[in-house]
Amino acid sequence: MNDNPFYTVRKRKSTIWMTLCLAATVFGLAWLVMILATLLWNGVAGLKPSVFLQSTPPPGSQGGGLANAIVGSVMMTFIGVAIGAPIGLLAGTYMAEYGRYQKLTTIIRFINDILLSAPSIIIGLFVYTTVVVPMGGFSGLAGALALAVIVIPVVVRTTEDMLLLVPNPIREAASALGFPRSHVIRHISYRAARTGLVTGILLAVARVSGETAPLLFTALSNQFWSVDLTKTVANLPVTINNFINSADGNWKQLAWTGALLITSAVLGLSIAARSIGGKGSKS
Amino acid sequence: MSEVVLSEQTRTKLAANADARVGHLRRLLAGDAAFYWACRIAAYSVLLLLGGIIVSLIVGAWPAIKTFGYHFLTTQRWAPSARPEPILGGLGPIYGTLVSSAIAMLIAVPVGLGIAIFLTELCPPRLRRPIGMAIELLAGIPSIIYGMWGFFVLGPFLADTFQPWVISAFAGIPVLRDVFAGPASNLSLFNASLILAIMVLPFITAIAKDVFATVPPVLKEAAYGLGCTTWEVVGNVVLPYTRVGVIGGGMLALGRALGETMAVTFIIGNSFPIKASIFAPATTISSAIASEFAESDGLHQSSLILLGLLLFVLTFCVLSVARLMLMRLETKAGK
Repeated sequence: MNDNPFYTVRKRKSTIWMTLCLAATVFGLAWLVMILATLLWNGVAGLKPSVFLQSTPPPGSQGGGLANAIVGSVMMTFIGVAIGAPIGLLAGTYMAEYGRYQKLTTIIRFINDILLSAPSIIIGLFVYTTVVVPMGGFSGLAGALALAVIVIPVVVRTTEDMLLLVPNPIREAASALGFPRSHVIRHISYRAARTGLVTGILLAVARVSGETAPLLFTALSNQFWSVDLTKTVANLPVTINNFINSADGNWKQLAWTGALLITSAVLGLSIAARSIGGKGSKS
Repeated sequence: MSEVVLSEQTRTKLAANADARVGHLRRLLAGDAAFYWACRIAAYSVLLLLGGIIVSLIVGAWPAIKTFGYHFLTTQRWAPSARPEPILGGLGPIYGTLVSSAIAMLIAVPVGLGIAIFLTELCPPRLRRPIGMAIELLAGIPSIIYGMWGFFVLGPFLADTFQPWVISAFAGIPVLRDVFAGPASNLSLFNASLILAIMVLPFITAIAKDVFATVPPVLKEAAYGLGCTTWEVVGNVVLPYTRVGVIGGGMLALGRALGETMAVTFIIGNSFPIKASIFAPATTISSAIASEFAESDGLHQSSLILLGLLLFVLTFCVLSVARLMLMRLETKAGK
């Protein structure tokens, strides 16, 4: 179109930069592919029914599975979410429904956003000093509480965002019929925002089920079948952490299999949350 | 007009109904108030949580603060079992945390912005969602998986290929010779930084994508109309318009990188002395806590909590600045 060298240089410059952007994208995607490929390559070999049926083996022995760690992880995640989600839901409700224009809400939103990105190991330290030390030892309950502390900000954030999307005329119509405020919220707002609220909770489950750092010195872990929450409870992330660095081939294989399980669970949950929510949550 | 005469029976029935209705309303209002207070208390608990974290860390760190004072920040030696008194200084982990995060940001910010520019300006619309989601999945992979992968795959690969190449390339240049000094090692500050960069990449991309979307299309169309190339539009219109948001997103990612634990613990080598070379093992605050806390007690434990307190204060400041910048952008977009 134009042979002026000035234009050619500009066009070439643009092409170079845009190629670099393309290269950045390929770079980013390559890591995802490489990590998932390594996990599949190393993890699938050990994927046998015994993984889900037997407890972690003693060192140097063959066989065994991850049943106790899986059950422990599911149990702590469930309790953590059962404690954290209602608190987060109610706090988010307050911010979106009662205190929408208050200064307090702005402050809470700010603090909550910071808690959302706070290092999870700090949460572990917090629970250690406030729960583990007074209770006199590591326990599954402490692990579950640490997870609950991580769940709260995630749920607060999504609940507030989702309730703010509910159109006001619906609330006004319900109030005009004489509903008290709490009924408007529970029967109208919650119902309108239901998928969004479920998405938030699923994202929170995805977030905590891979957490390792806060469990290292709260729930610790153990080698046995244990469902007593006042003692140490075996869990998948810490078990992986302990097994992967051992020289024992069987343990290492179990760690890779566990890693595959945990990653597929977390990624599956976040894909599910995104596809039912339609719109992914930020940060 | 006829008087309505109510029988005694009807009248008591009505009165009972009214009583029931009052009772019902009262219960409704009580429930209403209870729900309100439950919400309010839950909202306050978020503030309490932050306060609780700060107070518990200060209380836990107090013995170490009292014993070491400012020297904690300037001492490099970390000897929990030294006799007669343990000598504990936090300089090594603090240095490791800051440097590893800085290198990570140097890698992650250009790449993350590049991906966001690709997604908003170049990508065919049909691929935009799948590619965006794949990048977001990077944020979903648990930290420990990055650690394992870095330890078994990335570490050996870098030590065999990339590191020797860089070391020999800079061998003759005075200062860089020390920064990129050998020997190549599986566990190093640089490996940890690279993994950190990959982990925070999705946060930068997600926020950059969002702030790029706030640029009014009219501005971009006007620039294209003047004959600008795609790069000129990005460099002269999109980036200046979204500068605050991009910096905010970068700070948010920095906050994440500072506190990242498991991945770093696996690959940084956990060595407290500070080395000039970025290919040497080092340690960060979070990896020091993760690897030593469970077996620590007394002053050693208190020092680790003090490190945690320092980390929390650091991330708190970085994240606050990030949020304030992003908030400023939101009010601008709202206008």
